[in-house]
Amino acid sequence: MPMARAARKAPIRVLIAKPGLDGHDRGAKVVARALRDAGMEVIYAGLRQTPEEIVRAALEEDVDLIGLSILSGAHMALFPRVLALLKSQGGHPIPVFAGGIIPDEDARRLKKAGIRAIFGPGTSLEEIVATAQSLARHSA
Amino acid sequence: MKGASSRLPAAARAIIAGDHRVLARTITAVENGDPSADAVVRSLYPRSGRAPVVGITGPLGVGKSSLVNALVGRLRSLGQTVGVVGVDPSSPFTGGSVLGDRIRLERRADDNGVFFRSMASRGAAGGVAGATREVSRLLDAAGFDVILVETVGSGQVDVAIRDIASTSIVVVVPHLGDEVQTLKAGLFEIADLFCVNKVDLPGAELAKRDLSELVTLGGRPSGWSPRIVGTSTVEPTVGIDELWNDVLAHEKFLDDSGERTQGERRRLSSEIVGLARDHVGRELMHRLESDPALRRLLDDVVARRLDPRTAADRLVGRGRRSR
Repeated sequence: MPMARAARKAPIRVLIAKPGLDGHDRGAKVVARALRDAGMEVIYAGLRQTPEEIVRAALEEDVDLIGLSILSGAHMALFPRVLALLKSQGGHPIPVFAGGIIPDEDARRLKKAGIRAIFGPGTSLEEIVATAQSLARHSA
Repeated sequence: MKGASSRLPAAARAIIAGDHRVLARTITAVENGDPSADAVVRSLYPRSGRAPVVGITGPLGVGKSSLVNALVGRLRSLGQTVGVVGVDPSSPFTGGSVLGDRIRLERRADDNGVFFRSMASRGAAGGVAGATREVSRLLDAAGFDVILVETVGSGQVDVAIRDIASTSIVVVVPHLGDEVQTLKAGLFEIADLFCVNKVDLPGAELAKRDLSELVTLGGRPSGWSPRIVGTSTVEPTVGIDELWNDVLAHEKFLDDSGERTQGERRRLSSEIVGLARDHVGRELMHRLESDPALRRLLDDVVARRLDPRTAADRLVGRGRRSR
């Protein structure tokens, strides 16, 4: 009875947001849908969110996990800002993963800065879902 | 048993002091049925019942989230603080959901006068989640001046918002159906206000006229005659001030007519009975499963030696004797 089990156990809550100014949200929507189908409650915050808006949404929604999608190239400015704001809010750290067009060198630096996983084009949805589940489990 | 206000749990004190993180955590605990929220919910109850709770309901795609955003903007410009609960459906297959009500929200990220919480329906029917009432009450106790509750896109029988909101706005758009739709029982009966959104579209006048006719056919037993407002949330917005003024007019009517107390009594009695029913139901289910004599009762019903009604009588009767 997978349904009853999903209903009894508290679902993972995840915020999916797009920082930056590009309007390419197909990737974010596909990921949101896949996480939904994995039984998560996905708060879809949509396009052009500032780091401040993202962090506020994460706190109000009390999410277990944050997923950021970006294709504008501004990730080196925006992702560390999100991490810094999360840190300054105190409390237990909410894991952040990201997806988009992010060069390998940048990805290495972002991971060092605290982004827990970065998914480039061609990543399977299964991998994203599995990573999200494991990040959320370990944050709880 | 100490007085509720003299010894508040730390989380309750934090919520009253405006700690949004603790508020958010407590909401999660309430949604999950986590016993850790129990004392907080109980102790904050006396502080609720202050803010108008405005329900925004109507079919999917009529613009409820955009209207909520417009109302939040209007209320902030009036200096009022706003707590919002936006409910979206959970999947009946996986339990997952995409909560998208937040997407329309425009506000300054440093504005503490707004708290927005998305909520999945988690299998509840009626247009809201099982925990929506207690969560809106927490926002009320947290001191927000106005509580807005946006339901899932509602069908004709999704009227549970009536058990939560002091004012219910039913939102429609042009061309949802002919005037016979407005005569049908259910959703249209619970409207304190009708909002014809996307009023810039053709057919808006006809929609308003159909609703006016519905209203003239007879108001509520309370004497309140639902108002009809045309709105558009596309800049420059139309009708948002009027919509809010009509909410206030209805709230004033509730106070002046004594309907507020009546409504509260009706809502709270159904809440108490519902909670008690859950309680007793769980207890009886436990007995049926754990007491060998009662398990034989179930065997008899399965084997068609006994009918369910008689078994239920015995279940309750036996429960009384064993006390």
